[in-house]
Amino acid sequence: MTADMTPKAPVPVPERSLNSGNAAPVSIVACPNGPLLIRGDFELVGADGEELPRTRRTVALCRCGASVLKPYCDGSHKLTGFRSEP
Amino acid sequence: MKQPSPRGEISTLVLNTITGTVDAGQDSLARLATLVEEAVAAVPDILYDDDLQLALFCLYELHYSGIDEAGDDWEWNPDLLRVRQQIEKAFERRVRDEVILGDLPGTTSEAVCAELFRMTGADSGPSMSRFVAKSATDDQLHEFAVHKSIFQLKEADPHTFAIPRLSGRAKAALVEIQADEYGNGLPARMHSALFARTMRELGMDDTYGAYLDAAPAITLATNNVMSLFGLNRRLRGAAVGHLAAYEMTSSQPNRLYSRGFKRHGYGEGATEYFDEHVEADAVHEQIAGRDMAGGLVESDPGLLQDVLFGAAAGLAIDTRMTIHIMEAWESGRSSLRPSAAMAS
Repeated sequence: MTADMTPKAPVPVPERSLNSGNAAPVSIVACPNGPLLIRGDFELVGADGEELPRTRRTVALCRCGASVLKPYCDGSHKLTGFRSEP
Repeated sequence: MKQPSPRGEISTLVLNTITGTVDAGQDSLARLATLVEEAVAAVPDILYDDDLQLALFCLYELHYSGIDEAGDDWEWNPDLLRVRQQIEKAFERRVRDEVILGDLPGTTSEAVCAELFRMTGADSGPSMSRFVAKSATDDQLHEFAVHKSIFQLKEADPHTFAIPRLSGRAKAALVEIQADEYGNGLPARMHSALFARTMRELGMDDTYGAYLDAAPAITLATNNVMSLFGLNRRLRGAAVGHLAAYEMTSSQPNRLYSRGFKRHGYGEGATEYFDEHVEADAVHEQIAGRDMAGGLVESDPGLLQDVLFGAAAGLAIDTRMTIHIMEAWESGRSSLRPSAAMAS
């Protein structure tokens, strides 16, 4: 028998990091009449430098000013008729 | 899924057939083919036909979670598939009648995305979300959960069937959306799990299909149209368009649904599903419109009409369900079918 049969300690579940070590290039899409869509490995921090609560890798940031979930987009730009082009 | 109660001759025969062996089912299959042929020719409106919609729902369910007591070998039984296609053909024809596409946009990703936002932004009848936010009673919130539960407890599954049929940018975008729908690896964050939690907070059974008997034909039709698009490769453009329209009409309604549940004193456990969708779908709608739908059309311009058809069809059938529910509520009736599940 070659396999190590000693019981293993439970494998610690790493805290899920949205920023993997292998940085994927960040892209920011300025969605026409909508938010800024950010993909890749980036940190989103508040004015104090602390990371902001975030539950998904790709986020949409408000740029119409009307979101109630700022800095995230909540789709309000569609109600206010926000235009990104003059 | 638990076996539903049949709603007529065809759904009775479908359930009887698939809960028996394939060998024993040959006579019923022949009889079923005849019955369906007569029914689809005579039905006034298949969208509202309980017997045909339930039969189709059950036939599709063989490709999802299966049905208790039904053998797995029925899934690809050619005679049973032929029966499904008879119903499907009539259903698709009816869904196509619902949709009139106007002038087609260009085939660039941005033009497709803009057209989808235009279509989904146009006012399309009564607003269930505003009613839920302001006026719905607690009983109506429970009814609302019944209608939603038919899909939300398997949220994302029909569109997942489209993944291997796409490539490149469109595929990456669909996977990005679906990964979020499925909780990014965290089972408790799956949208279907969040909805199950909402149901438990409402004191309801969160088992998939528990309230199927209470769901009217038009609610089943909103689900069947997703399976029609998801399970037929030739309709992959429609599956993509349907998902894009779904995501684009989600953020604001979910904010209002959340408000309705808070108004009745329900806590975060009940509202998290809706709150999560406000933020998630503001992301998804951008990915869905530009990268998924737009990306698909850029790589295969011949699919433009299918994408727009899928979007318009989803909006039209969902509007019909909303009209059904709102008409019932406005006249003080239940929007559900009488069923043992709701009586308990």
